[in-house]
Amino acid sequence: MSSNVQPPSVLSVRGISKRFGDIQANRDISLSLNAGEVLALLGENGAGKTTLMSILFGHYVADAGSIEVNGRPLPPGSPSAAIDAGIGMVHQHFTLADNLSVLDNVVLGTERLWSPFQRRRQARDRLSALADRFGLNVDPDARVGNLSVGERQRVELLKVLYRDARILILDEPTAVLTPQEAEALFQTLTEMVSNGLSVIFISHKLNEVMAIAQRIAVLRHGAVVGEYNRADTSRTELATAMVGREVASPTRTQMDAGEPVLELKSVSLRHNNSRLLHATLKVGQHEVLGIAGVSGNGQTALADLVSGLCVPESGELVVLGRPAGGHTPAHMVAAGVGRIPEDRHTAGVVHEMTVSENLVLESYRQPEFSRFGWLRVRPILEHARTLMERYDVRGAGPDTRTSSLSGGNMQKLILARVLSRRPPLVLACQPTRGLDVGATAYVHQQILETRNQGSGILLISEDLDELLTLSDRIMVVYQGELSPAIPTEQADRARLGLLMSGQRTTGPSSGRDHAA
Amino acid sequence: MRLEPRTEATFWLRAMAPILAVIVALALCGFLILWAGAPLLEAYAALARGALGSRFALSETLTRATPLIFTGLAVAVAFRAKLWNIGGEGQLYAGALAATWVGTGAIDLPAYLMIPAIFSAAALAGGLLLLLPTLLKIRLKVDEVVTTLLLNFVVLLFVNYLLFGPWKDPLSMGWPQAAPIVDSGLLPNLVDRTRLHFGLLAGLVASVAVWIVMRFTHWGFEIRAVGLNTPAAVFAGIPVNATVVRTALLSGGLAACAGVTEVCGTKGYLTLDISPGFGYTGIAVAMLAGLHPLGVVVSAVFVAAIYNGADSMSRAVGISNYLADVMTAVALLAVLVSSLLVQYRIRRG
Amino acid sequence: MDLLEMFVSVGFWAATVRMATPLIFGTIGELICERAGVLNLGIEGIMTFGAMIAWMWVYQGGDLWMAVAVAAGCGAAWGLLHATFSVYLGLSQHVTGIGITLLASSLSYFSFRLLLPDVSTPPKIEPFEPIALPGLSEIPVLGEALFTQTALTYLALATVPLCWYVLYRTPLGLAVRMVGENPMAAASQGLDVLAIRTGAVCAGSALMSVGGAFLTISVFDAFYFEMINGRGWICIALVIFASWRPGKALFGALLFAAFDALQIRVQQASSTLIPYQFFLMLPYVLSIVALIIMSRKAAYPKALLVPFRRGER
Repeated sequence: MSSNVQPPSVLSVRGISKRFGDIQANRDISLSLNAGEVLALLGENGAGKTTLMSILFGHYVADAGSIEVNGRPLPPGSPSAAIDAGIGMVHQHFTLADNLSVLDNVVLGTERLWSPFQRRRQARDRLSALADRFGLNVDPDARVGNLSVGERQRVELLKVLYRDARILILDEPTAVLTPQEAEALFQTLTEMVSNGLSVIFISHKLNEVMAIAQRIAVLRHGAVVGEYNRADTSRTELATAMVGREVASPTRTQMDAGEPVLELKSVSLRHNNSRLLHATLKVGQHEVLGIAGVSGNGQTALADLVSGLCVPESGELVVLGRPAGGHTPAHMVAAGVGRIPEDRHTAGVVHEMTVSENLVLESYRQPEFSRFGWLRVRPILEHARTLMERYDVRGAGPDTRTSSLSGGNMQKLILARVLSRRPPLVLACQPTRGLDVGATAYVHQQILETRNQGSGILLISEDLDELLTLSDRIMVVYQGELSPAIPTEQADRARLGLLMSGQRTTGPSSGRDHAA
Repeated sequence: MRLEPRTEATFWLRAMAPILAVIVALALCGFLILWAGAPLLEAYAALARGALGSRFALSETLTRATPLIFTGLAVAVAFRAKLWNIGGEGQLYAGALAATWVGTGAIDLPAYLMIPAIFSAAALAGGLLLLLPTLLKIRLKVDEVVTTLLLNFVVLLFVNYLLFGPWKDPLSMGWPQAAPIVDSGLLPNLVDRTRLHFGLLAGLVASVAVWIVMRFTHWGFEIRAVGLNTPAAVFAGIPVNATVVRTALLSGGLAACAGVTEVCGTKGYLTLDISPGFGYTGIAVAMLAGLHPLGVVVSAVFVAAIYNGADSMSRAVGISNYLADVMTAVALLAVLVSSLLVQYRIRRG
Repeated sequence: MDLLEMFVSVGFWAATVRMATPLIFGTIGELICERAGVLNLGIEGIMTFGAMIAWMWVYQGGDLWMAVAVAAGCGAAWGLLHATFSVYLGLSQHVTGIGITLLASSLSYFSFRLLLPDVSTPPKIEPFEPIALPGLSEIPVLGEALFTQTALTYLALATVPLCWYVLYRTPLGLAVRMVGENPMAAASQGLDVLAIRTGAVCAGSALMSVGGAFLTISVFDAFYFEMINGRGWICIALVIFASWRPGKALFGALLFAAFDALQIRVQQASSTLIPYQFFLMLPYVLSIVALIIMSRKAAYPKALLVPFRRGER
């Protein structure tokens, strides 16, 4: 890593360690960031990247170690100290107040708290100037809740630029963008760098990191396992460093799709700010149909529909050959639909209940688990033991609270609950979000096995790689409309990216008239 | 200083925490006793004597605990489902009204039928009263804290109207009270020369029954799931609205039974002041018990002991018996803090 | 008297403004707490304590305005206790609030009994006198109704535009609103979320306490039990009715007080037809109706009831 020319180091991190309970999130990490460069922090989910950046920005206090900005020590645990030192952070989950305007969100905290006036006009002018300079146009008086995801990210960037940040931390910024929007972001970043800013770019996506960074630090299990110059390294080297071993991608064998287990016939609905427009699709009993798209384009409506949480306003939903009789989650469960929810913490498990209770959350009324209203405790416990072993749920016993499980094990619990009943149709919604590579590989393997054994799977995911690996066919949803289904062999990232941003490459625009 | 979630809490920790909290609370109230200029140890001694010091004192404490068991259970059940039922007082009086209506001669039944009839009528009245704010919550998203509270005032005014008006007992020489409960409706006495009545047994039975329901039946499972994580319960297909409605009927019904124990057991007829705030005290009772149905019995007896002892202490050393209310409130806050220690560990940094 | 006559009568409007005063203090106080994300169910107890302490201060020979200051200070102290539990320790805001109400009320009664042991009728003090604003009070009807009130009423009315200004036109107000909408956003802009929430709860509680004090040192001149009589809870309903906006809060308080004043007068007129208890029920029933109307579309501050824990994401 040493070179003859020493560029000035704007940020220097030494020996940072941080423990949360039993988990060592950061292990003696030392890094430095040079002026005018883009440093990528690469690592799988759970490697400790966000923790490190949160320490840098002052959200957490490290157990050990120190940070220096431009040679001066940074007081720990204080976001305002970090901001004063010129550090700005765009968080993975947007930190914006939906009910307030863009200007309000940007201006917050920039004036003395006890000042009796607000300098709104000056603020507005300054914001416009910044927006023009960096190409981040957005209406200052718009209510943030009404903005699109891409526009919200622009507000986040404007927030940090407004505070004269010289060191920019971006945490997984492209998770919510189309490939084309990601390109635009990279251009903006290049512009910023040429203006003298330094950037730390956190990601788990190899392609992006290779595209944008000059130097790459790889984190694994909380420690830095290598620092590389982009020019001197390769994708394979980075991938191996990230994971520590060769990861076998599960292979998908060609199969005949078979009879449809799920059919949507021109379904339109609107539910919770998400909508579907004349959606038509079919999922066969031996196939995985992937739904790609930037979040917020109707995936929630589709998932809620198949979960039983909403009803179509027009069109028909046919599950296992029969029109869906009722539209409640209970009906879907009874009809044999297995559902893996998008957010396992909010909708998947009840944290304070035990593992065995969560495993019968959908089925406690079945005769095997209850009789005349009484719960049969021993069968429930047995059921839990069997499932925990078969699906490798580790970290607790059947009678332990579910909150003590890690994210990966919680997802395995949900898989166990859903897949053990051999459902003919499975809805999997962001099934590997927030999971490390090991857990992700396991989930992928389970999904393919389930498909091979005769279940149709509707896979909704924001991860294009996951969709390309698992799906037999892919459809793209944009503003509620579904594209024609593309066999995966014929799909590539560029084409999917165009569809995700609304540009149709062929023929008629709606998904109405295609051979599904 | 930082809070770190504990991975598991032992039974001992969960049991000792509220006890320690209560001891701290009692000690803090010592300052009030000193401020009142009373000798500290003598005051505490008078408190203990008045609560448990004699056969009569013990019976008084248990008599006072009886309605608290019911209102405590009502709150414990409701709060478990995150249904914030602050209307226990009104539900109690609703039950008392129903008991009076049924039990003052409207129907004629032998005791073994009359008493269940009275309890059933009361439970129905209390359940329906809580049902209204619950339906408003489910259908119109109206916050039930305020509505249940406001209904308390409405119910009390209604009772006031009845007792000064159509239900006023002409034989009561001007005092606002209703006609006495007929003999077959009175709850039998348990111990001679005391006021302890059958209501205590009813309370114990209710407590065990609620515990069994919460732990071993569908409904308990559903109530817990809905209260702990409503979106997950919805997603899993648990009938949330039906569960909340059932919870409301159960909770309101339990609180109403406290009205029965007072009208048909302790007093024998309905007056304006049969409840000095049992509904509100029930909240403290439930919280002290950690919302555990069996624990409610223990905390109800404890709180009743405090109130009873305070009466005695007031006579002995001249301190206002409002001290009991203060003690209960401090104990409630102390137990709230102690629950934090069960869930989290305190770490430096 | 005829209904129409009553609406034009000065007495009616004067009573309305007067009865709205504690509601204004309480509603604005609760509004500030809830805007910062904290539901303060201690309002009933804090108002009770404010009523007691202000009266006691004057009774023991103190100055009226000093009594107001003492009430405000005590209110802020109760707010600090509430915030310690609900903001710093992140405990249930519902239970904390109920605990504070129970504690503050019982402490009020206990202290009152202690300092005034054997009284059958509570002693009286000299309350605030009405102040006629020069010039303005000459206006017919409106002048006497609106501009011949006691000092605390004027203070209450002044609180409304002040609250509006601070909330919408100062950096502090923006910060308060932000911690009630998205505390993480405020934290990542360098603000101390816990301190801002605590400050808001203290300020709101101080106002609530002054609202209680108004009853004992301005309207009535004695303190008696159950004095607040549910006004605190009604304020909570009024905050929702007002959509957390100060101007609407004033409107709501006046509307409510008008109904209350109306109910008293109608009661006097038709005491034989409808029992008076039903008239007394009206305020509570009306509050429930107001909640029913407003709750479905209520734009709650997004982070209301959500504790903010540093270091937990």
